[in-house]
Amino acid sequence: MTDETVTEPLGPVTTLATPIRLDFEFTPGVAQSRFLRGLEQGKFMGQRCPKCGKVYVPSRGSCPTDGVPTTEDVELANVGTVTTYCVVNVPFAGQSIEIPYICAQVLLDGANLSFMGLIQEIPTDEIRMGMRVEAVWVEREELKPSLASVRYFRPSGEPDADYETFKEYL
Amino acid sequence: MAERCAVVGVGQTHHKAKREDVSIAGLVREAAKMALADADLTWTDIDAVVIGKAPDMFEGNMMPELYLAPALGAVGKPMFRVHTAGSVGGSTALVAAHLISSGIHRRVLTVAYEKQSDSDAMWALSVPQPFAAPLLAGAGGYFAPHIRAYMRRSGAPEYIGRMVAVKDRLNALRNPYAHLHLADIDMKMVEDSMMLWDPLRYLEACPSSDGAAAMVLSSEDAVSGHYPPAWVHGTAMRSEPTMFAGRDQVNPRAGRDCSADVYGQAGITNPREQIDVAEVYVPFSWYEPMWLENLGFCDLGDGWKLTEAGATAFDGDIPWNTSGGVLSSNPIGASGMLRFLEVAMQVRGQAGEHQIDGAKVALGQAYGGGSQFFSMWVVGSEKP
Repeated sequence: MTDETVTEPLGPVTTLATPIRLDFEFTPGVAQSRFLRGLEQGKFMGQRCPKCGKVYVPSRGSCPTDGVPTTEDVELANVGTVTTYCVVNVPFAGQSIEIPYICAQVLLDGANLSFMGLIQEIPTDEIRMGMRVEAVWVEREELKPSLASVRYFRPSGEPDADYETFKEYL
Repeated sequence: MAERCAVVGVGQTHHKAKREDVSIAGLVREAAKMALADADLTWTDIDAVVIGKAPDMFEGNMMPELYLAPALGAVGKPMFRVHTAGSVGGSTALVAAHLISSGIHRRVLTVAYEKQSDSDAMWALSVPQPFAAPLLAGAGGYFAPHIRAYMRRSGAPEYIGRMVAVKDRLNALRNPYAHLHLADIDMKMVEDSMMLWDPLRYLEACPSSDGAAAMVLSSEDAVSGHYPPAWVHGTAMRSEPTMFAGRDQVNPRAGRDCSADVYGQAGITNPREQIDVAEVYVPFSWYEPMWLENLGFCDLGDGWKLTEAGATAFDGDIPWNTSGGVLSSNPIGASGMLRFLEVAMQVRGQAGEHQIDGAKVALGQAYGGGSQFFSMWVVGSEKP
C-alpha cells in the first residue's frame, strides 16, 4: 500500500457509542424472599415492627426507625389508596410501558409505607390523590417471585379516601 | 473546627449540552487549572486531591478517579473519591474542607464533574429491579409525586413553579458559564413547554450538561490568590433512608437537621435575616419553595409565598441561585459543588454580573438520591 490511501483528512474522533449490557444476580435475603414468595402466590406480604407497630411492605427485615428485626408476617389487602402520583410522558431507553402512564404511590390497606404502582383502566387526567385502587394480577400459572406478577392497579370503585387519612404518608 | 479553612481559588467550565472538544480528563483539568490560576498556585503546591461525581453508571466509566489521577496532578499524592448521589459535589467539597480543618493538609484541590453527553442518566436511574415495578422514569419521575404532595399540602398556586423556572433562567443570563441562556424566557414559554412528568413541564426541569467545578481550599497560614478568601463558617452532612414509615418526603428530616447543624456552627439563628445570598440545589422548579421551608427561611407552608413575593429574586432580600442554579446548568456531579463554589465567589466579590453587592455571609446547599443526602456549608468574607 502507498501512503496515498491514508492521507484523506478524517477529523478528530469526538464520540463513539459503546453499549453496555448488565445481567445481575439478585440475592433478596430472608425478608425480601417472603415478599417475593408472597407475590408468587398472588398476595402482598409485609412485616410488622414489634416496637412501633408499623407494617412494612416490602420488608427489609428490620425497622429503619427502631433498628430491631421485624419478625411478624402480615398479609396485606389487595386494595389501597393513591397517596400521590405523576403522569409520565417522557420516553427513555429501556422503558417497558407505553407513555403516557400513571406512576402512583400506592398505600395498601394495613401498610404504613407506600410503594410505586402503575395505574391503568382510567384516563390519565382522571387520576387523583386519595383514589382507591385494587391490584390486578397476572394469570395464576404466570405468577412468579417478582412484582411483574402485578399487572397494574385499577380504580376499585370505592369512594376516595379523605386527605386526612393519608396525609402522613406523603 | 480546629483549623480555619478558606476557599482561595475557584474554577468552572463553560457548561454545555455537549463538550465534544474535551474528554472527561480534559473537562476536569480545565476547571482545576482555572482554580489553581485563581489561587495563584501551581500543581506542585497542592497536597491532596478530592474528586466527586454522581453514579458511575451514568457514563459507564467505572472508578474514573483511577484514570483521572494524572490529569489532576494527583500522582504521588493522596487522592479521594466521594459519592453521595446528586449531593456529591457538596460533600466532596466538605471532605476536602475537613482535610484542612483537621490540620492534615494545607492546600487541597477538590473537583467534581459530569459529562452527560457521554451518559444516559435516565436509563441509569431507571434500571428494573425484581422487588419494584419498572415505573421509575428518571429523577423527574421520582420527584414529581412529591412536588404534587407539596402543592396539596401548602395550597400553593400552580404558577409558582413557573415563576422559579423563569427567575433562574433570567439569572443565568448574567452568568457566562451557565448552560442555558434563554433570552426570551417568560411564564408563557414555560407553560407552553411539554408536560414531561405531570405536574412538571420541560422548562421546569434542569438541562443535561457537561461540566466541571473545582476549588482550592487552604489553611489560614497558606492563604493565596487574586481575591480575598471565602472563610468556611460551618459544614454539615446528613443522610436518611429512602423509605421508612412516617418519612416526610416533602420536608425531609435530614435536611432540617443538616441546616440546624450548619447554622449552629455559623451562629445563624435567623437565616432570612443573616444570610445575604444562597445557592440551593433546585433541579425542578418547585424545590425552591420546598427548600425555603426545609432550610428554615420561613414557616412551614409559606415557601411559595416568598417566591411569589419576589424575595428570592435577584433584587429580593434573599437572592437564591443568582448564577441560574441547577435549572440552568446541570453537570450532575458538579452541580452541588457549583452551589458551594458560587457562594464562595459571592463573598469574595468575584461573581461579576450576578454578584450581590456586599454579600458577606452565604449558604451553599446540595441534596441527592431520593432527598436522602444533604450537604451544606456557610461561607463568609470575614474569619469565623
